[in-house]
Amino acid sequence: MATGELRFERQHLLGIEGLEAREIEYLLDLADGFVELNRQSEKKLQLLRGRTLVNLFFEPSTRTQTSFELAGKRLGADVVNMAVARSSVVKGETLIDTAMTLNAMHPDLLVVRHHESGAVALLARHVRCAVVNAGDGAHEHPTQALLDALTIRRRKGRIAGLTVAICGDILHSRVARSNILLLRTMGARVRVVAPPTLLPAAVESLGVEAVTDMRRGLEDADIVMMLRLQSERMQGSLVPSVREYFHFFGLTHDKLRAARPDAMIMHPGPMNRGVEIDGPVADDINRSAILDQVEMGVAVRMAVLDALTRRLRANR
Amino acid sequence: MSRPLLVLDARLLDPASGLDRRGGLLAIGGRIAEFGPQVTGALAPSGTQVVDARGACLAPGLVDLRVGFGEPGAEHKERFESGGRAAVAGGITSLALLPDTDPPIDDPAMVEFVARRARQVKLAKVYPMAAVTRGLAGRELAELGLLKAAGAVAFTDGFAAVADARLMRRALAYASMIDGLLVQHPEEPTLAAGGAMNEGPVATRLGLPGIPAAAEVVMVERDLRLLELAGGRLHVAHLTTAAAVAAIRAAKARGLAVTCDTTPHHLLLTEAEVEGYRTFAKVSPPLRGEADRLALIEGLVDGTIDAIASDHRPQDQDSKRLPFGQAAFGVVGLQTLLAASLELVHTGRMGLLELLRKLTAAPAAILGLEAGRLQRGVPADLVLFDPDAAWTVTEKGLLSLAKNTAFEGRTFRGRVLRTWVDGRCVFEAEP
Repeated sequence: MATGELRFERQHLLGIEGLEAREIEYLLDLADGFVELNRQSEKKLQLLRGRTLVNLFFEPSTRTQTSFELAGKRLGADVVNMAVARSSVVKGETLIDTAMTLNAMHPDLLVVRHHESGAVALLARHVRCAVVNAGDGAHEHPTQALLDALTIRRRKGRIAGLTVAICGDILHSRVARSNILLLRTMGARVRVVAPPTLLPAAVESLGVEAVTDMRRGLEDADIVMMLRLQSERMQGSLVPSVREYFHFFGLTHDKLRAARPDAMIMHPGPMNRGVEIDGPVADDINRSAILDQVEMGVAVRMAVLDALTRRLRANR
Repeated sequence: MSRPLLVLDARLLDPASGLDRRGGLLAIGGRIAEFGPQVTGALAPSGTQVVDARGACLAPGLVDLRVGFGEPGAEHKERFESGGRAAVAGGITSLALLPDTDPPIDDPAMVEFVARRARQVKLAKVYPMAAVTRGLAGRELAELGLLKAAGAVAFTDGFAAVADARLMRRALAYASMIDGLLVQHPEEPTLAAGGAMNEGPVATRLGLPGIPAAAEVVMVERDLRLLELAGGRLHVAHLTTAAAVAAIRAAKARGLAVTCDTTPHHLLLTEAEVEGYRTFAKVSPPLRGEADRLALIEGLVDGTIDAIASDHRPQDQDSKRLPFGQAAFGVVGLQTLLAASLELVHTGRMGLLELLRKLTAAPAAILGLEAGRLQRGVPADLVLFDPDAAWTVTEKGLLSLAKNTAFEGRTFRGRVLRTWVDGRCVFEAEP
């Protein structure tokens, strides 16, 4: 990869909020290159040789953590996974304590997931290395939005002008927030589709249209983005039951007929088949981009790690 | 007994009588003996402490309706000494103390403990409020009669609303027998459950669980109905929403015995302060939107809102340097109460006397205290302040043990120069 000029001059990637379209384009262009590299048999680069990446996950996530781990290793970094159980945090070590401990270990990159909104930004204020937000509470999950954008751009050739329907638990979803921000910045139209109990207050203030009828929400959509409904939210407090949710909001081939014939289906995973998505739809290789998303995930994370360390490498 | 006190050449301000004129004030034996233009140096008995006010404002000491210390149970957050120093530095000479300590003030012996600690410290006068329900648990009535006899000035479960409607009805009815005042935290707890800030666009963008404005008016309207049913006296603490102001305005028009207050932070700040997950802007009830803030000012001006209280709630660093959702609620406010409130005068929303009434005579009347006015024979609890002198709120300048101010870095106009309690100087600003 050519070193090139520094076009992403941020110290951290804490969210999509505040990123300009050119910065997003830059990261996506960079990631495109890594997609090709990842398909070769020799995948390892030396860009981050001697650098240490720490995966710090306060909330378990095999997929995201593995994706970052692969990304770091393919760029030549030493990758350490620190799983921090919620319980040990409750026992008294605060996030700031953790930051201090990490500083003493001199990592170059810190990838953090935390169950509280804003926690990753708080940590970033107290560490000396670059921080990547791998998901904070119901706030943001920027690399997910970037990998979704890359998947869309590669399949559809563009993002601007597309109609994207994001369906499901918008209220608790950091994936939805980051995607809304990114898609709006890149000029897409965004609809959110959910029962009123799963829509945040004043959701229109995010620049989206809110729809509670799935078929209407999917009308003319180029992209159908499904969100995972956590099992603890299906038991009557937010939606009456799984089967009622599936009846109204589960993605089936029948409901999908409202969307454009070439509409692409996405899901950040892991899927709940029979809850938010019907098995046959998820497995429809002509429509579903779900496995592409996983592949793009590694490439996008490589791009982010590369971009955040360019200045570091330039100063070497 | 303190030495006689003579303040000369002051702008005497008494909101209770509408007095606003140049003159002096003489206090003997801790009580006001004489005040007005006729008071001159010639009146001074021997041994008098004479203070030349040079035209600064002399008003009754502030009466703060709602203050939390950390004693007992959280002495690292605030003690009577530190809280007392912060109070008098803010011109506060009387304060009503919240019962949500550990253990809570739900027993006459605890009321006596508070009174004893305040006597030892001898700064601002401390009036304990006692719990409505045993252990603040919201299930059984505390011994309201015995608590009142021990000196409790009001009953409240602090930052927990009395959620059970039947219990609230009984508390109001029972308290009416002893002329007890019930102070309610206006928040429907199940609607507010899990919330960290005001529900709205900011919470949505930050991904924080919201507390809807409706949680306030739902509880206020319920309580007003219960008040009608049960009788008694109700004070709704820290109002934050336009809808609740409207509900109380209507209730007052119906002649219900209800009073209410709000806080300087709800009058001056909005939910926008939470941007960047600033935990010093995490308060309960939460900071609201601009329309609500303006409605509070409106309510204050038209008399719907009776008083301004600091809602002082000290929190140490470990309780605030956390992700927003995990951080504790509350801000300190004793030292900034007067200066922050004066913003309403400087921005032309209220006259000086009108504002001072909300900080002195009105809260004193709500609590039934002999305080908050300039009158011959009443305790010489006084504040001397320069309404125009500017100062900046800094962590270093705060006398509270806790530094969780919502106004860090803000420059206010209005500086307390001296404070007297029973004619005894308890605070003097550095020159």
